Amino acid sequence: MELSGLLFYGISLLTLAGIYGILSLGLNLQWGFTGQFNIGIAGFFAIGAYSTAILTAAPSNSFVGGFDLPTPVGLLVAVIMSGLLSVVIGWVTMRLRTDYLAIATIGIAEIIRLLLKNEDWLTNGVRGIPAIPKPLGLDSPLAFLIGIIVVLVVVYLLMEAARKSPWGRVLRAIRENENGVMAAGKNIQRFRLEAFVVGSTVMGLAGGLYAHYFGFISPEAFEPLFATFLVWVMLIAGGSGNNKGAILGAVLIWFVWSGSELATGYLPAEWQAQAGAVRVLLVAILLQVILLTRPQGLLPEDMGAGRTSDPTPKEGRPRKVPAGE
Amino acid sequence: MIRIENVSKSFGGIQAVHACSFDIEKGSVTGLIGPNGAGKTTLFSIVAGFVAPTEGRIVLDGEDITQLAPHERFHKGLVRTFQIPQEFSRMTVRENLMLVPAGQSGESLFSAWFRRGRVSAEDKRIAEKVDEVLDFLEITHVADEVAGNLSGGQKKLVELGRTMMTDAKVVLLDEPGAGVNRTLLKKITDAVQRLNTERGYTFCIIEHDMDLIAKLCDPVVVMAQGTVLTQGTMDQVKADQQVREAYLGGGMSGGVEA
Repeated sequence: MELSGLLFYGISLLTLAGIYGILSLGLNLQWGFTGQFNIGIAGFFAIGAYSTAILTAAPSNSFVGGFDLPTPVGLLVAVIMSGLLSVVIGWVTMRLRTDYLAIATIGIAEIIRLLLKNEDWLTNGVRGIPAIPKPLGLDSPLAFLIGIIVVLVVVYLLMEAARKSPWGRVLRAIRENENGVMAAGKNIQRFRLEAFVVGSTVMGLAGGLYAHYFGFISPEAFEPLFATFLVWVMLIAGGSGNNKGAILGAVLIWFVWSGSELATGYLPAEWQAQAGAVRVLLVAILLQVILLTRPQGLLPEDMGAGRTSDPTPKEGRPRKVPAGE
Repeated sequence: MIRIENVSKSFGGIQAVHACSFDIEKGSVTGLIGPNGAGKTTLFSIVAGFVAPTEGRIVLDGEDITQLAPHERFHKGLVRTFQIPQEFSRMTVRENLMLVPAGQSGESLFSAWFRRGRVSAEDKRIAEKVDEVLDFLEITHVADEVAGNLSGGQKKLVELGRTMMTDAKVVLLDEPGAGVNRTLLKKITDAVQRLNTERGYTFCIIEHDMDLIAKLCDPVVVMAQGTVLTQGTMDQVKADQQVREAYLGGGMSGGVEA
């Protein structure tokens, strides 16, 4: 690979890592802080991507969209639409335990993907939506990367502020013990819904940015493997409950994922199909190894968030009681 | 203060509480005793709103609160603790307590993001309050310890501490003394007594330790098989033949001497 090609590859690698970082931050709010088991990330990601794609793409005869609207409008609608979707799901499931949330989110993500695939009039079906513009004149890959980094930093700062605030304190307490939070007079349904909605809008924003980055989207991009499973691996590897960990995990896992794709490119053609499946296996094994050897992730959660003074060394998370005790 | 009116609760085929009625008088420390499975904790859960009764009403200061959610009852000054401490294990003791005060502006995400100054000033005041409570319970040294690492007795104190972080009117304590050593037990007893006399908290306490009940509680309500067997002062209750058969069992229980 020549130098400019390598540079271009590096920029695209980092851009996508940044987008995954935003997704991972969204999931961290839901799972890392609040303990909400959202396995329908792909749904919110897709809603965000398609909202802005339909609104900002060039007009087309093959589907209703292409409204050629300004990209900030598209991104704003991406955030709003994913938020609305999460309000609906949240409204139905917030009264139930978190396992029901898992069932609801995975179901709805699949429904959304099938709708995108089959409702040609709205989404152009499997042919996808082309000609999605770059936002705010960030036409060069480097400029777009800088834009992504800015968004990532802003989302990170907002999530950090949320984590350390009394709001974040209630979320973490809900994750630890719902009875205790109720006994402390908090309306846990309100907090659960807020966390779920805010996390989902972050995912929708990431989806919108993804659409603008590629300039083309099709339902294939929102398979659960890429858009849900990989994000979970990133968060768990990086450190659930730690915003820096969420970003670190996204970058590392994306490097592993893309690097392995690059590596399979050098294999003989007849092996490449199998190699694609091996990559998935590789990431799954990596997840198992992390869970077994370092369940708290590379950067564990800071248990003393919100402590006013910090005189004592931090204790690790409480030891697990060995089975049988 | 609190009137429990004809409350019943069945889980499947089990009648946990059956036509149970008694009052918790304002300013009193009411003891609630009875054998295991008598329905004491279920009754607490019903009073605090964690479990809906199949029948009956809960009245707080003349107002029917039977339909209110736990957090709504909390805001009316009704606070409970749990038999098994419900601490937030992966949060510090300080955070466990800081969570409690109601109406923190930082509990709105908007304020948490855009009114940082106000929120942190408020948090500072709450932290001072936490220091007072920790000091009162003499657990200041574990303030920044993760709550999951505490001993069972220390968790009990944190549980009690949570009730002190709010302006409670009625506090329901579920076995505050269980699994707690003598020194800690005395600390808890003193804390309850002081909160009752100095701050005017009304208490209702479930406890098996008869020394604690005898020292703190008047009146004592005895439950058995989901209903109230009798009530009165500790001496009256001890003298009751039915109670002795159902629970105290002629001098069998360590703390009781007839």
